[in-house]
Amino acid sequence: MNFGIHPLLLVTFFPFVGVLVILFLNTQQKQAIRWTALVTSLITFGISLWVLAQFQPGTPGIQLELRQPWLRLDGLSIDFYMGVDGLSILMVLLTALLTPIAILSTWSAVEERVKGFMIFFLLLEVGMTGVFLALDLVLFYVFWEFTLIPMYFLIGIWGGERRIYAAVKFFLFTMAGSLLMLLAILVIGFQTGTFAWSDLVAQREVFANLQIWLFLAFGLAFAIKVPMFPLHTWLPDAHVEAPTAGSVILAGVLLKMGAYGFLRFNLPLFPDATVRLAPYMAILAIIGIIYGAAVSLAQKDMKKLVAYSSVSHLGFVVLGIFALTNQSVAGGVLQMVNHGLSTGALFLIVGMLYERRHTREMSAFGGVWKVVPVMGALMLVVTLSSMGLPGLNGFVGEFTILLGTFGSTVLGSPWFAGVATLGVILAAVYLLVMFEKVFLGPVKVEANLLLKDLSLREIVTLVPLLILIFWIGLYPQPFFNLINPSVENLVSLVSSALLAAH
Amino acid sequence: MTLADFNSILPIITVLLWALLLLIADLWIPQKRKGLTALLAAIGLAAGIGLSLAQIGQSALTFKGMIMLDSFAVFLNIIYLFSGILAIGLSYDYLKRMDIERGEYYVLMMFSIAGMMLLSQAYNLIVVFLAIEFLSIPLYILAGFARPRLESEEAALKYFLLGTFSSGFLLYGIALIFGATKATGLGGILASLNGGETNLVLFVAGAAMMMVGFGFKVAVAPFHEWAPDVYQGSPTPVSGFMAVSVKAAGFAVLLRIFLTAFPSLSAQLVPVVWGIAALTMIVGNLLAINQTNLKRLLAYSSIAHAGYLMMAFVSASNPQQTGQAVASMLYYLVAYGLTTFGAWAVVVSLEQAEGKGLELEDYAGVGQKYPWLGVAMLVFMLSLSGIPLTIGFWGKFFLFRTTVQAGFTELALVGLLTSLISVYYYLRVVVYMFMRPGEPRVRRDSWLSLVAVGAAVAVVLLSILPSRLLEMAAQAVLRLQ
Repeated sequence: MNFGIHPLLLVTFFPFVGVLVILFLNTQQKQAIRWTALVTSLITFGISLWVLAQFQPGTPGIQLELRQPWLRLDGLSIDFYMGVDGLSILMVLLTALLTPIAILSTWSAVEERVKGFMIFFLLLEVGMTGVFLALDLVLFYVFWEFTLIPMYFLIGIWGGERRIYAAVKFFLFTMAGSLLMLLAILVIGFQTGTFAWSDLVAQREVFANLQIWLFLAFGLAFAIKVPMFPLHTWLPDAHVEAPTAGSVILAGVLLKMGAYGFLRFNLPLFPDATVRLAPYMAILAIIGIIYGAAVSLAQKDMKKLVAYSSVSHLGFVVLGIFALTNQSVAGGVLQMVNHGLSTGALFLIVGMLYERRHTREMSAFGGVWKVVPVMGALMLVVTLSSMGLPGLNGFVGEFTILLGTFGSTVLGSPWFAGVATLGVILAAVYLLVMFEKVFLGPVKVEANLLLKDLSLREIVTLVPLLILIFWIGLYPQPFFNLINPSVENLVSLVSSALLAAH
Repeated sequence: MTLADFNSILPIITVLLWALLLLIADLWIPQKRKGLTALLAAIGLAAGIGLSLAQIGQSALTFKGMIMLDSFAVFLNIIYLFSGILAIGLSYDYLKRMDIERGEYYVLMMFSIAGMMLLSQAYNLIVVFLAIEFLSIPLYILAGFARPRLESEEAALKYFLLGTFSSGFLLYGIALIFGATKATGLGGILASLNGGETNLVLFVAGAAMMMVGFGFKVAVAPFHEWAPDVYQGSPTPVSGFMAVSVKAAGFAVLLRIFLTAFPSLSAQLVPVVWGIAALTMIVGNLLAINQTNLKRLLAYSSIAHAGYLMMAFVSASNPQQTGQAVASMLYYLVAYGLTTFGAWAVVVSLEQAEGKGLELEDYAGVGQKYPWLGVAMLVFMLSLSGIPLTIGFWGKFFLFRTTVQAGFTELALVGLLTSLISVYYYLRVVVYMFMRPGEPRVRRDSWLSLVAVGAAVAVVLLSILPSRLLEMAAQAVLRLQ
């Protein structure tokens, strides 16, 4: 089956079709606009499954390559270069899955300026998919920066009270990191004459003497995005102010772009620097795990709690990446997906509560399980998944990361895994406290007695996530099969630098 | 005058003669139909573009070594002519609305453009001076065209005083260089320098004076103070025209003189120019943060962009990178010019009589009420801050690339960090337009909308397909002898 268009082009740019259609719809035709956006994103999801069908899980290298010269001038060659491998395939699927879910969640939440909202949302999807598929540094940078603009508007127009502050902060923080990355990209391009990822991996000796600096410049951009402690301060603001759908995408996909960036660029391009700086990165990751969890404990606002828990959970991902073992890195990749599913679902449910009561304070709720049993049951599953209960997805990711970290030769100490495990315990505490405060006990506030349980549409938004939560939890092998070959390839590449260092 | 002489300045003569004829013809054009004058002026400029296009690929030194025709000059001439057409598009409705519609306006603009074209082809310091005056004097008048509005008169006077002041510096510098080298032709100066007969003290003093003079013209720090006041007071289309074309003309002649005649000196001047570039980027961007008046904001932004252009000038001192530096500067000029014109078009659309409608608050709600205008302004703001999928990104990309390759990574770092500051104030405009509710009043004029939307489309399209324009810029090399 082939439509005459490269599958990666199609999966990246198909949302544009929806944008074009929406442009011609009248602002008042809200329902038509919503349906157009939803159908477009569902078709995009279908295309991403088609990409998956063509993907060969056993091969470690780049697949479905698409490489066209974009700009050729003496000494300068920029390619339109895309491809997919085990590191990116799941991210593309996650993006394509979460976008329609997020769109569906806005059905009643977004009433103002629906047209603009949907246009920005679909543009955001283009940018995110592009980030995961781009293999030319310049193209990657273009997509990377492009994602900023729609997200900036989503927060700034449809956000909460302090939305403008949050949107500008989000933009400036990310931009600060990426400008240094641009400088590093220019230096690399100058030294090697190419920006293509595969060529650069082959020629990485050329810029080996600068690699600590380059690692730091790329790393800053990615660390801000992840976000790693102490660069995380934009995240709570952005999350709290963003509309629910924006939070879902922000936590589910945008943060993963940072972790993905480390995997795609920092590790293979600067292996010596990676090995040398890995312990420091791991320490920052662990501080993030503990700090994020501790701050979550103190929150009264549910959305803030979930936002800070992201700092903690993403810490695990970064720890797994820089432990540099097959297990830990594969676990990190899977945990990126898990976090997207669990936290996405958490944000969705918090958003549903907010839509009903217009508050997110935990003290305003209590005992609502009796009133809304379906919501309570789904929330319980999601909470347990987020805290890593065996049998659900979070456990598989975190366990693999911790196991891999424990045996890591690069970090060289079991303490890393030991301290990080505290984060799992803390996660159980703050998540269960939230669940207890909101859903258990007697109904204290009268308004809660009138809460409506989930509508069919809301159940439909949550069910795909729950299916995957169980699937990954009970039978993760197919997912690891997709991830493992590429991860093994990557880790062996970095370990050869480790051997050379000794 | 031989045929080759004539041919080398044919576009300039055409524009000039056209302007003179138009000045007379305008007497018979009734006051109600000054649109005809505007149209005729635009046709004259378009004819100039056509003749310039025919000159592509030609190269000649004419008028006994006074005038140079090379692809660098042709490229710039096309920029000036094109920006003139855009400026006319901005002006037509504006003049009517402000009740200052007079046919001379368009004629003066054409004179100024002819001066710029002469400047880009000047190969002798006397011609340089002549051309600078030729382009400046019509601009002094244009700045005060909105009289009796006080701000406009103030702008004209300020511009005139500082302009003549800087011309004084320039002239004095030329005199010193003549004293040092016994030549005013760029070729003669170079020969004298290479022959070792030059009085170096006089020569360096003269070059520094010229640098100061040009520094005023292109408004780089610390010679930038006049720009915000003048840009604010002048009729808005004139400000836009000045922000683009005068800047381009100043940088063009700076490159021509310093690369052709003072190649050895330009290496020694690097620390000074480095400092000017860094200072201009920092000052321009920092001062722009607090501006609430759009015209002042764009003025400071244009100062900041002069700093970025100065980076290309620094890179050009590395002999291996000269060609690339010239190309990236030209590309940046196109990117900056197109974007800036678009932004000024939006400003003109919102401006009301008596200088109203220029504050940031007046932009509240534009994105909602006039989505096309809002999106166009969004594109311009993103392009000015150098964010991808706009031509401004590629402009910065090539500029920074050249700077890194020429070995000035620190300067590129200054440029990147200051452009982060610029993101903040450009985004503020976007915040007001899209995130604050308001009842904006927008003037609907088809020419104005055409410039704004057309520029926005070009800014995005040229960023998706950047190669053609970049190739053109790369071919527009300076002929050094």
